[in-house]
Amino acid sequence: MSAPPIEPRLDAPALLKAECMSKRFGPVQALDRVDFELRAGEVHALMGENGAGKSTLIKCLTGVHRPDSGRIYRGGRAIAPASPRQAEREGISTVYQEVNLIPHLSIAENIALGREPTKWGRICWGQVRRRAQSALDRLGLGIDVSRELSSCSIAIQQLVAIARALDVDARVLILDEPTSSLDRSEVARLFDVMQRLRGQGLGILFVTHFLDQVYAISDRISVLRDGRLVGVHAASELPRQELVSLMVGRELDLVEPVRSEVDSTRDAEPVLCARALSRRGSIEHADIQVASGETVGLAGLLGSGRTETARLLFGVEQFERGELLIGGHSVHFRTPRQAIRMGLAMTPENRKDHGIIPSLSVRENIELALRARGRSRLTGAQRRALAERFIRMLNIRTPTPETPVSSLSGGNQQKVLLARWLATEPRVLILDEPTRGIDVAAKAEILREIDELRRQGMAIIFISSELEEVVKACGRVVVLRDRRTVAELTGERITEQSVLHAIAEHHD
Amino acid sequence: MPLQSTMIELSRHIVRTLLGIKWALLALALLLAFNAIFTDNFFEIRFQDGHLYGTLIDILNHGSKVAIVAVGMTLVIATAGVDLSVGAIVAISGAVAASLLVERGAPWYVAIVAALVTSLALGLWNGALVVWLRLQPIVATLILMVAGRGVAQLITDGRIITFEDSHLAWFGNGALFALPVPVTMLALVAGVGALLTRRTALGMFIESVGDNEQASRLAGVPDRAVKLFVYTFCGLCAGIAGIIECSYIKAADANNAGQLLELDAILAVVIGGTSLMGGRFFILGSIVGALLMQALTKTLYMLDVSADIAPAPKAIAVVLVCLLQSPAGRELIARWRSRRRGGSA
Repeated sequence: MSAPPIEPRLDAPALLKAECMSKRFGPVQALDRVDFELRAGEVHALMGENGAGKSTLIKCLTGVHRPDSGRIYRGGRAIAPASPRQAEREGISTVYQEVNLIPHLSIAENIALGREPTKWGRICWGQVRRRAQSALDRLGLGIDVSRELSSCSIAIQQLVAIARALDVDARVLILDEPTSSLDRSEVARLFDVMQRLRGQGLGILFVTHFLDQVYAISDRISVLRDGRLVGVHAASELPRQELVSLMVGRELDLVEPVRSEVDSTRDAEPVLCARALSRRGSIEHADIQVASGETVGLAGLLGSGRTETARLLFGVEQFERGELLIGGHSVHFRTPRQAIRMGLAMTPENRKDHGIIPSLSVRENIELALRARGRSRLTGAQRRALAERFIRMLNIRTPTPETPVSSLSGGNQQKVLLARWLATEPRVLILDEPTRGIDVAAKAEILREIDELRRQGMAIIFISSELEEVVKACGRVVVLRDRRTVAELTGERITEQSVLHAIAEHHD
Repeated sequence: MPLQSTMIELSRHIVRTLLGIKWALLALALLLAFNAIFTDNFFEIRFQDGHLYGTLIDILNHGSKVAIVAVGMTLVIATAGVDLSVGAIVAISGAVAASLLVERGAPWYVAIVAALVTSLALGLWNGALVVWLRLQPIVATLILMVAGRGVAQLITDGRIITFEDSHLAWFGNGALFALPVPVTMLALVAGVGALLTRRTALGMFIESVGDNEQASRLAGVPDRAVKLFVYTFCGLCAGIAGIIECSYIKAADANNAGQLLELDAILAVVIGGTSLMGGRFFILGSIVGALLMQALTKTLYMLDVSADIAPAPKAIAVVLVCLLQSPAGRELIARWRSRRRGGSA
């Protein structure tokens, strides 16, 4: 039914071309004379660390920002989109990381939203449904378009967002980190769709932090660093190592081992010990214990109950059955506040909604948990010194401690959150996806910092959907499946293979 | 060394505050400049019998009531809430004070303490509805806004209670440190508010709860206590304003006391640069906002604009200030500035 996949045409004409784009935000030169070209029938990956200028470039191309200087050509014609809507009219559609749709409307309504076909001022619902169906067919999805969007998985919602983007005869599709909340099979499905669209002659601009994915789907790669374009290469001609070097601007040892020695504290008394925790609709059975000087990983697929377990441990939600011991005392936290007073700390999975306080400064964000716990009597000067110490220690890139945290890049925001909890000197640190949406270099820094904390005797619970990280960082891995802990792997037995095996066991 | 760092911190606060409220200050400055040119004796201040007299003092005096309420309202709005019941609390506070004094023959200080305690309790009631019943603030405080006047009527038995007690009347008509008592009270309330929020972590908690409530709770911020506090404090501020109002007219008028005060207070807060979405707040800004509106009213009166149409020019001025500090307005100004800079370079 679909056209046979055509070879990416490296000599194809430019669908979208940007020349010499510059954009400045206050003191920050976000884009510095960047050229970019997207051809018909190619998937073009845009790579760079956080703060390299990827989002700014995309926002300039789609009319969200106006570039200070530079020209944009669409099919050889100069354009200057002043809004995302105008960009759409030029055939440039964007799907952002977070799904920007209306959860309580049907799939069909979401696809047609804002451009419903009308007759005599009335919406033709039949046509809305037919168009939505054909838009989904184009992506090879057989879903009932009258379903409410919120009843679909995030992956399907993402695909619906793509269908909506394509519904306006888009020739250029921009995907801004579309895969960050998808699991493996869902990513595969997305890639199917992307290949199909490439075959139809669309140009796809693809932003992601996952190197594997870049190489799995991209034809060409443009790399940005500090607002400048540092290279455009065919994906087949750019080795991984070189790509990473381009992104970070220095050689990086990718296979640097973080976990060096086997934990010697294996038999130590656990600081945190959870037995058979359960809560209806959240977790059926969770067993986990962690001793000081130990990093325990929580592995499992999306929806297996990793985050839910963390929330039960931290008192965000209350467990209904089971037992939680902290330092040997049985506890039942009703609020995170109580957990914090017992020496727990948690960086949440959703950094934006549950982590940072956007308009407060970096310093205030760091101080927050310490002052909220209310035991310390630090003077203003001492607190400033504290914030400055963590900014140095974690290498947080911020112009000043008084800068609002919202203007920092994702990786630096994550470091601020880490600093917030380190300031409270916790006994148990729960890290839920601490490296999500963060560039390679910052990831390595954070992983190194976590291991340093473990060495100093902290008990760490580490949650990540990237197995590679879990394997590297953890001395013990607890595997969750369908809201139950199903396996525990220790020491040398932890490999990506063995964890994957534990996750998949009994599935077939 | 500690003194020096305290000074640094203080100056940092001042700079941040001034930047936050620059438009309200600018508008006030323009208005004063206008009066300096077109109004005779506008800046004249006389000292007589230990009192200061003059147009500026009048503005301060009559703006204090709204400003005091606006201080409390600022903190509520900073938590992304709102308190519509302040006008009703003003009425109840006055009613309690006057009826205790006149009908029960209570001493003036008992009347005042009872009125303040009542206001405090009413604020706590608002907070409880918001925190425990999780009502939306606008609904939670609407209840008291609507019911409160009825309660005040009940207390006064539907009459206007007048009194002659000189102690109680002092709060609206007397002078302290050469200034009218309401102005001194405003300074007191603003000082206490600033101390509570800036010398302790409370101000940061309020901003943090207003900015991102979920994240604040996960960071251990006692979000419920913070909310209870701001509504209670706002109730207390309204109670103080209530005493000033009834003291000024030497009567408790359950129907008209504090009428539409909630809207004036909210407006003052918004003019002062605090966003209705919560987050960063500016107590000084709200006070400037309240005084700006009072100065505007006074100016219009002095220009012989009739009281009936005075709200119209006032509205225009308010819209201008709000436009200047709206995101769109700020962007416009930034663009205009960068163009000028580009042109001169």
